[in-house]
Amino acid sequence: MVEWFTVLIVFQLAGEILSAATKLPVPGPVCGMALLFVALVIYRGVPEGLAKTAEGLLTNLSLLFVPAGAGVMLHFGVLGHDWLPIGASLILSTLLTIAVTAALMAWLSRKASGSAQGPKPAAPEPEARS
Amino acid sequence: MTSIADIWVYLSASPLLHLALTLVAYQAGYAVYRWRKFNPLFNPVLIAILILVTILLVTHTSYQTYFQGAQFVHFLLGPATVALAIPLYRQVARVRKSALAVTVSLIVGSITAAASAVLITWVLGGTRDSFVSMAAKSVTTPIAMGITEQIGGLPTLTAMFVILTGITGAMLGAPLLNALGIKDWAARGLAMGTASHGIGTARALQVNEVAGAFAGLAMGLNALASALLIPAAWHLFFGG
Repeated sequence: MVEWFTVLIVFQLAGEILSAATKLPVPGPVCGMALLFVALVIYRGVPEGLAKTAEGLLTNLSLLFVPAGAGVMLHFGVLGHDWLPIGASLILSTLLTIAVTAALMAWLSRKASGSAQGPKPAAPEPEARS
Repeated sequence: MTSIADIWVYLSASPLLHLALTLVAYQAGYAVYRWRKFNPLFNPVLIAILILVTILLVTHTSYQTYFQGAQFVHFLLGPATVALAIPLYRQVARVRKSALAVTVSLIVGSITAAASAVLITWVLGGTRDSFVSMAAKSVTTPIAMGITEQIGGLPTLTAMFVILTGITGAMLGAPLLNALGIKDWAARGLAMGTASHGIGTARALQVNEVAGAFAGLAMGLNALASALLIPAAWHLFFGG
């Protein structure tokens, strides 16, 4: 557990360094995610201990947003008389974004899989590993 | 003999109290969420926050004092974000197959999020500070604050919008997607991650592994796309 937690922390650190060094507009932990992803592709699999440690963190991912969230509610006062445009915008814009993104993605994937099945017979995918 | 008040003074100076409070509040929120059969409207983050804020206000505890304890939980966001590589890796074949669909949907979603947030706030009479700080509301916090700084908004206001957007998406995303009849888990996850970053991803992971993987991917890609597109678009339309 501690060894695989170390791996995650080291990848986060590497991500922070990469993010700072390249001035990429991506947070360090997200760079760390990309680096770990590349490492897994090279390694061709997920070590069992890493899978367990990651699962432990990710099943409780929503807990990790609670401290930052509590800060938000305490500063509600700064919304002032703008609460209506802000509240309406948060709800409507978030719903619109979810609807547009999901509908487009579902439509494009359906179109892609439809045309792939069209002309050539379903050949076994070379890169499809179990 | 030590009085209760002395014990309280001792405890409130130690980070343990607020760390424990954070964990217990979340357990309470999660218990309600599970009791309501994981209905997204009973979002455990929101319930935990409401409990905590009530306690902090009643006990006149400053957020700084609270955060000394809560920072240990907050810190784990970093390694947890790195860990999102694992569900993503498990879906690598699917992601590769739909790379073009992911890219197109993500960019359109990213533009929709920023443009609609700014427009709606402006149309309804929000102040300049409000609508400028709204542009990056769907982006994960550190990048969102950076974008707002570049386009002349208030980064702390953006941090607040980001959290509220996350909770909104986590609560209303699933009912909306069900109403629209979208059953494709990849599409549902991608939408949750694009619109509601990590909090949307957390909800997606609780429901389905494919959705969780695509949500994590969308959160990362949206940070990149927004950081490139929002400042550029802003300078194009508003000339600085």
